[in-house]
Amino acid sequence: MQITKELVNYLEALGRIELTDEQRASSEKDLQDILSYIDTLNELDTSNVEPLSHSFPVTNVFREDEVRPSTDRELILENAPEKTDACFMVPKTVE
Amino acid sequence: MDYEVVIGLEVHTELSTKTKIFCGCTTEFGGEPNTHVCEICSGMPGTLPVVNKSVIEYAIRTGLATNCKITQYNKFDRKNYFYPDLPKAYQVSQLYLPICQNGFVEINASEGGKKKVRIHEIHMEEDAGKLVHDDFEDCTLVDYNRCGVPLLEIVSEPDMSSADEVIDYLEKLKAILQYIGVSDCKMQEGSLRADVNLSVRKKGANEYGTRTEMKNINSFKAIKRAIEGETERQIDLLESGEKVVQETRRWDDSKGESYAMRSKEDAQDYKYFPEPDIPPIEISDEKIEQIKNALPELPEKKKQRYMEEMNLPEYDTGIITNSIHLVRLFERTAEICGNPKDAANWIMGELMKMLNDTQTLPEDMKFNQDSLGKIIVMLNENKISRNTAKKVFEKVFSEDVEPEKYVKENNLEVMTDTGAIKGIIEKVVADNPKSVEEYKSGKEKAIQFLIGQSMRALKGQAPAQEVTKILHEILD
Ligand SMILES: [Zn+2]
Repeated sequence: MQITKELVNYLEALGRIELTDEQRASSEKDLQDILSYIDTLNELDTSNVEPLSHSFPVTNVFREDEVRPSTDRELILENAPEKTDACFMVPKTVE
Repeated sequence: MDYEVVIGLEVHTELSTKTKIFCGCTTEFGGEPNTHVCEICSGMPGTLPVVNKSVIEYAIRTGLATNCKITQYNKFDRKNYFYPDLPKAYQVSQLYLPICQNGFVEINASEGGKKKVRIHEIHMEEDAGKLVHDDFEDCTLVDYNRCGVPLLEIVSEPDMSSADEVIDYLEKLKAILQYIGVSDCKMQEGSLRADVNLSVRKKGANEYGTRTEMKNINSFKAIKRAIEGETERQIDLLESGEKVVQETRRWDDSKGESYAMRSKEDAQDYKYFPEPDIPPIEISDEKIEQIKNALPELPEKKKQRYMEEMNLPEYDTGIITNSIHLVRLFERTAEICGNPKDAANWIMGELMKMLNDTQTLPEDMKFNQDSLGKIIVMLNENKISRNTAKKVFEKVFSEDVEPEKYVKENNLEVMTDTGAIKGIIEKVVADNPKSVEEYKSGKEKAIQFLIGQSMRALKGQAPAQEVTKILHEILD
């Protein structure tokens, strides 16, 4: 897969981040290197192998539907960079 | 040129489990912001989600009740997107192996008769938090109380062709979900909401037109208006030689029009991948069989039974069986008074009128389910008049009074003591010499006035026939 300038811009938009031109250029190169490296895996023929999503042979891990106390709000909000007494505060999401 | 409309729905319903899908926080509606939140549902690093067993059972129940095939090997997937209503920046959902597939719900077709709306799939996912935009502070506040509440997304095929069919499908679906007890379907609390996919095409065309999606419309009336508005907009575009653009639109019900969401809001590239924190879920044949056997009688079956066994009209049974709350009241009332026809008549007549007048939904009725039956019994035993029965029912509806006690305390029983009735009428006659005079001088009509006065004095507690008879005895 070819990493292009456009693709970097697109990923930037999807990730809601803003890069400098310098970072864009280095990201383009880094991402290309990473993908090329991963491409070596494609040399192996896996057409007859089921994709693996879980590495442990475990199924059906359930919890009973019983209410447990929630966490103190103060604690939940503690690490938030911006907050009110009751809510997380984020930059306005609609204009 | 004639056009036809093609509509498919994605319905989201919040499950009425006690706890969230991956943690033990309560799903109770309301509550102070961020008080139904823990480390798991607020997406703290290092936490591990564990699936609520009831969510799987509710999903299977829903699938079986809508004629779906149950997927016996299930996985969850991550749907990635950056928006502050999801603290993890992904929603745990099911893309590759949804728990239910290939079902159908039968509805009334606009052209008459029945038709099947096929269910493409039903999958489990977690609800997102609530964003409140604060114009004054120029920021957005986030409340994660709803975050992690279990949802089913029920995806139909594009099998509906009018607003009426869509409403009927939603009503049927809502009734089924309420019957099997998986959701309370309160639209005003967001526990049932629909995305509408709509396209138009020239009548008889084989290919679908370009469709638009309208998101999160949360009342039947708004859905109907949105469909009508969008149909008109698309036809106008085609008629003027323009093209419909595939896009997500937001329906503004107050303005009665939809507008395109900006492409930034609409950027959809979810980069799904299997959720590694949740092991696969295997559902055995026995489990499916066990849930199937425990399903209650479903709306369509119940309707047929009411019509056949109780000889009730199709229209009435349709209305009653559309709501589990009316069904419960009907069945209890019929049981107490021993007469399904009376029970149905009172529900279709007096109750419907009161629900309409007070804009109350059947699920919000607050009175004791035994009360209507007790009123009908008193009426059928001639303990109260029909008029009194109606008044007592109004009191039951508004204040949940106990009917027998209320009748006794307010002396509303029909008077059976002829001597006492006669005494009251004699007083009325004595108090109205002028009318008596008129009657005696040949003015037949004057007796109507005396009957009215007597009924009022008796507070309607004696049969009018009896009153008339006694009056004649006194006067003639
Ligand atoms: Zn939680």
